[in-house]
Amino acid sequence: MTFLSYLKDGISLGSVYAIIALGYTMVYGIAKMLNFAHGDVIMVGAFVILTAITKAGLGPVPSVLLGIVFCTILGITIEAVAYRPLRKASSNLAVLITAIGVSYLLQNLALLIFGADAKSFVTVIDVPSVTLFNGQMTIKGITIVTIAACIIIMTVLTLFVNKTKPGQAMKAVSEDRDAAQLMGINVNATISLTFAIGSGLAAIAGLLLCSAYPSLTPYTGSMPGIKAFVAAVFGGIGSIPGAMVGGILLGVIEIFGKAYISSQIADAIVFAVLILVLLIKPTGLFGKNIQEKV
Amino acid sequence: MTVMKKMSRTSKNNFINYGIVIALYVIVQILSATGNLSNLLSGLLVPLCIYIIAAVSLNLVVGFSGELSLGHAGFMCVGAFSSAIFSQVVGDSIPSLPRLLLAILIGAAVAAVFGLLIGIPVLRLRGDYLAIVTLAFGEIIKNLINILYVGVDSKGLHVATSAASLQLEADGTQILKGALGISGTSVLYKDIKSWYFLIGVILVLITLFIVQNLVNSRSGRAITSTRDNRIASESIGINVTKYKLMAFTVSAALAGVAGVLYAHNLASLKVSTFDYNMSILILVYVVLGGIGSVRGSIIATIILYVLPEMLRGFSNYRMLIYSIVLIAMMLFNWAPASRAFRSRVRERIASIWPGRKKEA
Repeated sequence: MTFLSYLKDGISLGSVYAIIALGYTMVYGIAKMLNFAHGDVIMVGAFVILTAITKAGLGPVPSVLLGIVFCTILGITIEAVAYRPLRKASSNLAVLITAIGVSYLLQNLALLIFGADAKSFVTVIDVPSVTLFNGQMTIKGITIVTIAACIIIMTVLTLFVNKTKPGQAMKAVSEDRDAAQLMGINVNATISLTFAIGSGLAAIAGLLLCSAYPSLTPYTGSMPGIKAFVAAVFGGIGSIPGAMVGGILLGVIEIFGKAYISSQIADAIVFAVLILVLLIKPTGLFGKNIQEKV
Repeated sequence: MTVMKKMSRTSKNNFINYGIVIALYVIVQILSATGNLSNLLSGLLVPLCIYIIAAVSLNLVVGFSGELSLGHAGFMCVGAFSSAIFSQVVGDSIPSLPRLLLAILIGAAVAAVFGLLIGIPVLRLRGDYLAIVTLAFGEIIKNLINILYVGVDSKGLHVATSAASLQLEADGTQILKGALGISGTSVLYKDIKSWYFLIGVILVLITLFIVQNLVNSRSGRAITSTRDNRIASESIGINVTKYKLMAFTVSAALAGVAGVLYAHNLASLKVSTFDYNMSILILVYVVLGGIGSVRGSIIATIILYVLPEMLRGFSNYRMLIYSIVLIAMMLFNWAPASRAFRSRVRERIASIWPGRKKEA
């Protein structure tokens, strides 16, 4: 029973990673850049929701919506100001370092505004818990909501990318940016849309993460952000189902590592997974091989 | 002056860099002799040397081999801990100066071995993947040292993952206590503590010597060619992996030296210092000084390290301003739009003032 309960915790944590990983994987697939600041957008989203509830006295639903809108705008702004000018830069290093700069900027702004001490996150999602096996296992409401949210988001996104025009445009831009432009696709708008969706998802991920682990600091987002990137790489970067599977597997590995090996080196285990994946199958579980051209 | 004229441009450049470091040392000595050196400032001198070594060595990877490493603090960490354990084990059986020298060599060697071991798998990857994997390695190193316990007794060295399982004899002492780290290393070097700044400056000069000569050698040109065009350099027979690995290992070894100095300068050494933020801070020095410019790394480190420490009230905003400057600098230096703008400005200047040499 403890095994099942760890598995449940793992899937729950993994669902959060999966939602964050979706943001990474879409941006990486389409803009071909590692958005280092993605994890910090999660933190910003959580702070906006917390502030809206505690300071502005808004209800849970408007607060969450506000958080999503705020992060969406933030994502679009970051892309337009910091990443777009560097899209055609000769070195990939440039945009990566800029992304690190943006990540630091968000962390330090949050540090100045909210302070370094951990804030306890309020209960936003109030769903009763479910008891299984004659009371031997309890599944918390937040766990159910997290897993459900992950499945819904993943389904909607898959439908969006495959069935709608903007979704098809995203696929086209990710295949070949110049050809897509020649076909009349607005590449800038498509990339902005990708950032908007990714950042909106980050706000939801922030809510779910802080509801499960209710302590919020300016650095809350950075570790889950990096781990979610690991998940995205694990699943095959650019692939939506890959992000989902990679996220959940990584969550399960982390919780099992904590439970059965050592809680202190759980992070090391997660990163060791990344290194193994990259060495054995660099394209990840669902990734495509990309041939390098001269 | 005739000697200066005979020298090639590169060696002139190299000597200017040595000159800057020596001038820094002389200025500090004059200030301290005239009593103008505050306690605060004199406390910053050795860390400054540490960060210059770290920044110059990181520049070798980021600037010359063109790979972003986010795990530089991890190599410092390895160098720091291996050398501190050595110093503690050996204790007073060797006089301090040779002991420190051995510690530096050990720290550099251990860090180089780690650099090599990490570099072999990592350098199969490119760009973003490489960056994230170096970050991962930095975190793994930190995590592992965090649970490591080392003790010494009459039977020899004990290594374990908890204090209880060390099973030391009654005469044994714990050296590395997991997350609590190692304490009292600097006490072992009390007699030469006042010479630390000089030792630091000499190490900086050695670092400069190694990096500059490597960069301007045949191997160095191979390293830069793999940065500029990997496929082209492969096609003319350059072993890309070998040269990238060379840059990575040398950089790791020098970071290890920085770590040794760090470990021996402080009374207590903790793993948590060598986190991701430290790697980023060193990267900031490199980027703001100019990627691929050794002199830039030196000057940026001096300014960015000493200035905020002097203006204490400003420290809350330090990282905020760093991050803004980092973004602005990258946009200014790398965005195609700003490059075009700068070349227009340069042409304008050249047309007004034709005598001026065209910049490279």
